[in-house]
Amino acid sequence: MNAVSPGLDRRFRDAAASEGLLDAAYDLVDSPVGPLLVAATKRGLCRISYDADPERELDRLARDFGVRVLRSAKPIDPARRELDEYFEGARREFDLPLDVTLLADFNRRVLRELARVPYGEVVTYGELATRSARPRAARAVGTVMNRNPLPIVLPCHRVIGANGKLTGYAGGLERKETLLRLEGAIL
Amino acid sequence: MSTMTLPPFERFYEQHRAEIFGFLVRRLGRDRAEDAFQETFLRALRAYPKLEHGEHLRAWAYTIASRIAVDEHRRPRADADLPELASLDGRPAFAQLEHLADQLPPTERAAVVLRYGYDLDYSDIGAALGSNATAARQAASAGIRRLRQKEL
Repeated sequence: MNAVSPGLDRRFRDAAASEGLLDAAYDLVDSPVGPLLVAATKRGLCRISYDADPERELDRLARDFGVRVLRSAKPIDPARRELDEYFEGARREFDLPLDVTLLADFNRRVLRELARVPYGEVVTYGELATRSARPRAARAVGTVMNRNPLPIVLPCHRVIGANGKLTGYAGGLERKETLLRLEGAIL
Repeated sequence: MSTMTLPPFERFYEQHRAEIFGFLVRRLGRDRAEDAFQETFLRALRAYPKLEHGEHLRAWAYTIASRIAVDEHRRPRADADLPELASLDGRPAFAQLEHLADQLPPTERAAVVLRYGYDLDYSDIGAALGSNATAARQAASAGIRRLRQKEL
């Protein structure tokens, strides 16, 4: 009878975010490739996780961004909206601020090049390495893709092997295929 | 004693929100409790990164809620044996008492603060300390005894 009502709970979580008191906010976003745990700092989107174990993710976010981590829908709403549109086929590019401050220079450079790969197209690991000014670093590029903190928005699913095989995907090959099919890159 | 690391705020909030809300409802009634609840956890959130470890978080949450309940009532406090605590807002009550009671064991310190700083009854203090009213009463009086000895 003294339970905190959902309305009160939501009000607190919104207020915490809008007063700028959070190091990171997160929420779950439904999608055709399963629920996504999406997190954002004041600077921008900082994480999208497949199959997230919320407790572990909570600890990771606190370690990376600070202890004031709270589930809060409001700061995640813009990303939720754009992801919904993307999965409905109504959006081909994301227009969201991203927080990549924690990434090493090389990762950031590769991800910046990755962000330029257009919707519905694919690129090989080697080609992406060349575009990142490290033509021999195809393998390192693969590692960067594997650790991409913002899959879907930073489209590592558009990177494939030189032999045309999908090769790998941190979220599982099935999801890579689903995303490429959605974009019309494969049949 | 092992030192617990400070948990992510989400976990702290999940763990304590129900009993803190219940406590505020008992003190203020349901309508006023809602605003006080939000204020309690916003204040906790502001102070949270300054905490050095994850111990006694429940008692800490109670001290914040108690202070807000007192502010809500705006009534003069009885039993004011100890100095006014409300001036150092946002800091853990333990830290505020440090100059005065830094040698008290944590449980006694918390019991003294909650009883004399915030006028909580012993069953609430027991809840805050994870024990019961009898243990809370004993801890508070042991703390006061110790403080008196130090003053002499």
